[in-house]
Amino acid sequence: MEKQIFKTDRKMPIIEADNLTYTYPGAEKPSIREVSLKIEKGEFVLLTGPSGCGKTTLCRCFNGLIPHFYEGKLRGEIRVAGMNVAEHAIYELAKHVGLVFQNPENQLFALSVEKDVAFGLENLGVPREEIRKRVDWALKVTDIYELRERPPYELSGGQQQRVAIAAVLAMQPEVIVLDEPTSFLDPLGAKKIFEDIYRLNRKLGITIVLVEHRLDLTAKYANRIIIMDEGKIVLDGEPRKILVSEEVHLMGIGIPKVIRLYQFLKQRGKDLGEPPLSSEEIAKKLRERLGR
Amino acid sequence: MIEAYDLHFVYPNGVEALKGVSLKIRNGEFVAIMGQNGAGKTTLVKHFNGLLKPTQGKVLIDGVDTREVSVAKLARKVGFVFQNPDHQLFCETVEEEISFALKNFGFKENVIKRRVTWALNLLGLTRYRKTSPFMLSGGERKRVALASVLAWNPKILILDEPTIGQDYAQKEKLRQFILQMKAQKKTGIIVTHDVEFVAECNPRVVLMSNGKIVADGEARKILTSPEILEKASIIPPEVSRIFLELSNIGFPTNVIDIYEAGEIILDFWEGKRREHV
Amino acid sequence: MSMFEGLKFRKISSPIHSLDPRVKFFYVIAMFAAAVMYMEIIPLIALFLIQIPLIIAAKVTRQWIKSMRGATYLAAIIFFTNLLFSYFYPTGESFSYIVEHATAMTLRFVVLVESFSVFFLTTSPDHLGLALENSHVPYEFCFAFTTAVRFVPVLAEEAQTIMDAQKARGLELEKGNFLKRVKNYIPILIPLIVNAIRRSLELAEAMESRAWGATKNRTNLYELKLHRGDYVLTALTVLLIVLAVYVRLYIPIPAVSEILG
Ligand SMILES: Nc1ncnc2c1ncn2[C@@H]1O[C@H](COP(=O)(O)OP(=O)(O)OP(=O)(O)O)[C@@H](O)[C@H]1O
Ligand SMILES: Nc1ncnc2c1ncn2[C@@H]1O[C@H](COP(=O)(O)OP(=O)(O)OP(=O)(O)O)[C@@H](O)[C@H]1O
Ligand SMILES: [Mg+2]
Ligand SMILES: [Mg+2]
Repeated sequence: MEKQIFKTDRKMPIIEADNLTYTYPGAEKPSIREVSLKIEKGEFVLLTGPSGCGKTTLCRCFNGLIPHFYEGKLRGEIRVAGMNVAEHAIYELAKHVGLVFQNPENQLFALSVEKDVAFGLENLGVPREEIRKRVDWALKVTDIYELRERPPYELSGGQQQRVAIAAVLAMQPEVIVLDEPTSFLDPLGAKKIFEDIYRLNRKLGITIVLVEHRLDLTAKYANRIIIMDEGKIVLDGEPRKILVSEEVHLMGIGIPKVIRLYQFLKQRGKDLGEPPLSSEEIAKKLRERLGR
Repeated sequence: MIEAYDLHFVYPNGVEALKGVSLKIRNGEFVAIMGQNGAGKTTLVKHFNGLLKPTQGKVLIDGVDTREVSVAKLARKVGFVFQNPDHQLFCETVEEEISFALKNFGFKENVIKRRVTWALNLLGLTRYRKTSPFMLSGGERKRVALASVLAWNPKILILDEPTIGQDYAQKEKLRQFILQMKAQKKTGIIVTHDVEFVAECNPRVVLMSNGKIVADGEARKILTSPEILEKASIIPPEVSRIFLELSNIGFPTNVIDIYEAGEIILDFWEGKRREHV
Repeated sequence: MSMFEGLKFRKISSPIHSLDPRVKFFYVIAMFAAAVMYMEIIPLIALFLIQIPLIIAAKVTRQWIKSMRGATYLAAIIFFTNLLFSYFYPTGESFSYIVEHATAMTLRFVVLVESFSVFFLTTSPDHLGLALENSHVPYEFCFAFTTAVRFVPVLAEEAQTIMDAQKARGLELEKGNFLKRVKNYIPILIPLIVNAIRRSLELAEAMESRAWGATKNRTNLYELKLHRGDYVLTALTVLLIVLAVYVRLYIPIPAVSEILG
C-alpha cells in the first residue's frame, strides 16, 4: 500500500540525510561526520573513497543497521522512502532498501538457493503463493533460475553474489545498496554482476548505490559519483565532471585510465571534447579524430 | 628456483584442482598468476612452500623435492602471505605478531629486535608497534601480515590476492614495494584478479584455467590477447582495450602501459596533422 | 570416524528420500521400541533383515555398509563388556545363555544404528529443518540447526587455512613436550575464534537486513505434504509395532541354543 503511494510521489528523494554524524560504540571519533545528501529515485550512485573513510558505515545507515543493530551515537536525521530511519525497525526498512555485502559466504544461510531467496519474504509473513511468484521472478531476473535447487555454498563466487542480489530483489525494494560486491570475483564474473546491476537500474528503475574502489570498471554505469574522505562527503556530482576535477587528483583515488589518458592528451593541447568514461568511448573519439 | 613437473593435485573430497602443471620460475623473476575463480591458483602456490604435496608429479625448490623437507624448513626460504590477514593474526601487539615467525625460526633476541624494527619501518607501521592488530583497519592488518612474513627476509615471496579491498594509495605502496623487491633480485609471485594492477607492474603472467596453465609470457603479450584471456575469465586492461579497438586504424595492439599509450596516440595525432599541413 | 562418515547425507533421489522426515522419524522410534522389547536373537535378526529392502530401495547400500562397518568396533565393545559383566557378576546361567545374551545386546545396537543410518542417509538437512519448522519447533531453533549444518564445513575449511597460514610462518604443531604442544594450538585457536565471531556478526547483519523477526507468523516457501508413500510407511510401521507387541505377549520365543540343542 505505502509503496503505491510512494511511487506516485516522484519528486521526493528516496534517501535524504541531513547533517548525519555517527560514532560507533566505544569509538573515540565519529566514523561519518555531517553527511548531508539526497538521492533521487532511479539514480545510479557510485560511492568511493580511501579505505576506512566511512563508506560501509554510511551504507549501514541506509537500512537502519545503524542505529538499531550497531547502537552507538547517531546525530542528525536520515529518511529513507519517507521514513525516519531512527524511528523504524530494520525489517520495515528492509522492504524498501536491500543491502548486498562484500562476502557472499556470510550472507547466504539456507541450504537451497530458492529457500535463500525466499528468506526475507518468509520473515515478512508473505503468503506462500506470493513468495513462490516473487522468488521465481527474482531468480529469472538475475539469471539463476536453473540453480534454484542447488545449495548456495556449492556455487561459484559470482553465482553466490547473484543469489544475494536475487534475495534482496525478491523483497522488491526501491533501493539496492551494494558494498564492494565483486571484490572476490574474477574480472569477467565481476563485469557480469555490474551489468546485471545496471540492468536493474535501467529496466526496473531501482535506485542503486554501489560502493567500489575500482572506478575503471564502474564509472560508466553511474550517473553520479560521491567521494568520501575521513567520514565526510568531499565531492558529489556527475562522473564526467568529478573525475576531471582538481580535487579528485589530490585525493589518492584511482582515476580510470581513460580519464588519465584524456587528460594527458588535453595537457598537450589535444582536446577530445567531453571526458570519456569507458574504453569504447575514448576509442570512438580517437577513431573519429585519427581514422582515415 | 621453483620447478614444477607435471603437477597433479586432488583434494580429499575428490576435486582435481591441478591437472598437470609444469612451470619454472627463475631466481629474481616477478610472476603474476591469474585466472578465473577456482582455476587452482591458490592450490598451485601452496605447493611452493610445501603446504600441499603433489598427488602426482613433483615440485623442486632450489633443486630440493618439497616432499622431502618440512614446511617449517621450506618456509624459511619461501614466504607466503595469505589472502585474509585475519587467518593469521593472533598476538596482542603488532610487534609480537611480527616476531612470531622469527622466534619459530630460532633467531637470536637482538636479531629479532632489529628485524622487527626494519619490517615495521618498511611498511609504515612503526606507530602501531604496541597496538593490537585487531584494532587496525583492513588495509593495515594486511600490511601487518605482510610485515610478519617479510621480517625473516625470505628469498621467494608469495602474495595471495594482495589488492582485494585495498584503495588506490595502498595499491600504489604495494607496487612500489614489489618494484623494490625486483631491484633486490628477489623472486616475487602474486596471485591476483586485478588486471589493472598487473598492467602497472608489468610482470611475467601465468594464466590458469581449470587446473591447467593456458598461457605464460610477458604481461604486454598475454594481457593484450583477448581470446586467451577469455578462457581464463579475464578482461584486458583498459589501455589494451582502447588499443584493440583502434587496431583497424593502424594502432599497435600490444600496449598496456598508460604512458606509452599516451605517447603513441600523440605521435599518431601529430603525424596526422603533418599530413594535413 | 567412519561410522559418522556413513551417516553423512548425499543428494540422490529415491522413493525413500522423498518420504516425509517426520514419518521416517516415527519409523526410527518404532524400530527403537521394538528392538528394546526383545532380548532374543531371532526377532532382533528379523528386525535387522526387514530394514534391508528400505536401504536397497534408497540406493544407499554402499554408504550403509560403510556405516555398519564403522559400527563394528563399538559393537565388539558392547559384546565383550556384556560377556565380562556376566563373568564378574555370575547369575548362575549357562555359558551359551550368556553368549546369546551378549549377542542379543549387540544386535540391538546394530538394529539401532541401522535404522538411524536409514534416516540420516535419506534425509537432507534442509528437509529435516523444514520438518522441524512444520512440527511447531520454534523457528529460531530450526534456523540454528540449518545454519550449523551449513557452516560446519566452512569452519572446518577455515581451520585448515589458519593452520596453513601459521605453518607458513614456521609453526610446528608436533614439536615439543605435551605442554608445548597444547600451546602450539594458540595461534590457531585465536584466529579461529575471532573469525567465528566476526562471521556471526556479519551473518546477523545480513539476516537483519532481510527482515529477520518482522513477524511471529512467519510463512514458509515449502510446505510438507504427506504423500502415498508416507501413508504406506506409517501403516507398515504401526503394523510392525502391533506385531511386535503381540509376539512379545503371546508367543514364546525359543533361544537359539534350545533350537540347536
Ligand atoms: N563495527 C565497528 N566498530 C567500531 N568502529 C568501526 C566499526 N566498523 C568500522 N569502524 C571504523 O569506522 C571507520 C570507517 O569504517 P568503514 O568500514 O565505514 O570504512 P570503509 O570506507 O567502508 O572502508 P573500506 O574501503 O576499507 O571498506 C574506520 O575507522 C573503522 O575503523
Ligand atoms: N580445501 C579444499 N578442499 C576441497 N576442495 C578445494 C579446497 N580448496 C579448494 N578446493 C577446490 O579446488 C579448486 C581450485 O581451488 P583454488 O582455491 O586453488 O582456486 P583459485 O584459483 O585460487 O580460485 P579463487 O580465485 O576463487 O581464489 C576449486 O574447485 C575449489 O573448489
Ligand atoms: Mg567497507
Ligand atoms: Mg585463491
